[in-house]
Amino acid sequence: MLCLIGTIPLKGLPVLSGEIIKNDHNVTIGKDSFPIHRGFQSMITAAAMVCSEMGLPPPVGFTVGDIGLGDGSRKLYSYLKDNLLDIPAKIFTFHYLMPDVFWHDKLLWTIEKISEKPILIADAGYMYVAKMSGFAPSYDLFTPDIGELAFLADEKAPHPFYTRGFILQEEHNVIPLIKRAFECENAAKILLVKGIKDYICAHGEITGEIDKPNVESLEPIGGTGDTLTGIVSALIHGGYPIEEASILGAKINRLAGQLAQPTPATQVSEIIKYIPSALRIVLKENEKKLS
Amino acid sequence: MLLPKIFKRDRSKKEKKKTDRGFLVFQNTSEVIRAEAILKKEGWDVRVMGPPPELRTGCDLVVEFPLVEQLNILRILEAKMTSPLEVVPVESHLLKPVDLLHIKDFGKYLMVRAANMKLTVDKETFRIVNISGGGCPDVPYVANRLVGQTLREAPSPKEVGHTLCAYCLYLAYEEAQRKCSV
Repeated sequence: MLCLIGTIPLKGLPVLSGEIIKNDHNVTIGKDSFPIHRGFQSMITAAAMVCSEMGLPPPVGFTVGDIGLGDGSRKLYSYLKDNLLDIPAKIFTFHYLMPDVFWHDKLLWTIEKISEKPILIADAGYMYVAKMSGFAPSYDLFTPDIGELAFLADEKAPHPFYTRGFILQEEHNVIPLIKRAFECENAAKILLVKGIKDYICAHGEITGEIDKPNVESLEPIGGTGDTLTGIVSALIHGGYPIEEASILGAKINRLAGQLAQPTPATQVSEIIKYIPSALRIVLKENEKKLS
Repeated sequence: MLLPKIFKRDRSKKEKKKTDRGFLVFQNTSEVIRAEAILKKEGWDVRVMGPPPELRTGCDLVVEFPLVEQLNILRILEAKMTSPLEVVPVESHLLKPVDLLHIKDFGKYLMVRAANMKLTVDKETFRIVNISGGGCPDVPYVANRLVGQTLREAPSPKEVGHTLCAYCLYLAYEEAQRKCSV
């Protein structure tokens, strides 16, 4: 089972869970339907579409409403702490949650009790708290952009807001930042760094670089990082090893972006429509390459 | 039960590295006590502590608080006329907020990045067309409030956001206003 965990920016939405299905204009978790906006909804929509296209069981979502006060996140943390051992998931993807080290550690200790260690993926707020906690290497995959990579590389920064100025957040500085993040033990075992060029790094070494297709106008579009996390999570669910899933996911996300012919004003929901076509093209090319 | 090696390996060493707390520094002790009372009444997990030597600027106490919720906590204190002199992360009180802003020109559009947050505006209409990056739960909420509005109409991320990500976005929003002379 692929389990996707994060918050939705709605006041008062209680903790809810269920299978994630993409409909025409919405995404549903169990019986509840949500618009496809940037953030958690984009991530789960992308994952659900990949699962559907690959004939996999749909992912299961756990969510709650939180507009940034942290109240919803804490309810979800608490719920998961009490129920996580009953969730038969092989992959957990943690996404938009209020960074809270206390609750993070409680959840991690709960995950420790699972006899067969699941694959742990963290993006967005949960990647921040995983780094803050000092337990980043317990995770299998982080998906930072350049600003977040600089934060991982700065062993003193408690949040990207406090990343020190001498740690240059520039594209040409990506490789030293990756090296530093691993040296400081602030990286997951594998990093998928999103940027003009995407880098896949395993245990401190760069093992993959993807720069095609290069669609510059994707960078400002909110949610394109979320879709990438969802696609990669689903590919891992489909049996691809994490590194290969990251490489394929980066290619699929870029191609979906190119097919949408975006401008910096395009919304992520427009790009999501092209994920199935991009997936088919990239997997077909991959099969050809392997045969 | 045997714990997986990866978890056991680092626990004792890494316990010391946690970096999610900040200090609120005030003019005097009575302000510290007042701030603590206000925040505790609102349900925040805060505590009064002795500051490190470098922060002893006439006050012998500080309030420790969850750093990521800085914006929300400052708003509460400001409403009660109890703003701190300074806010610093616990891990290193010498850390300063990010001050480097990155600008990218897409022709019709301008993107401003502050740390992990990016805000993109249409240079002709001043409309906010996209907000990207960030990881705190208010980022999608603030994005929903701002995208589609002009820099003149849109509420400030400082007013509608609650976290440090929203504060980063506020820096980008301010810079976009400057660049567009709004």
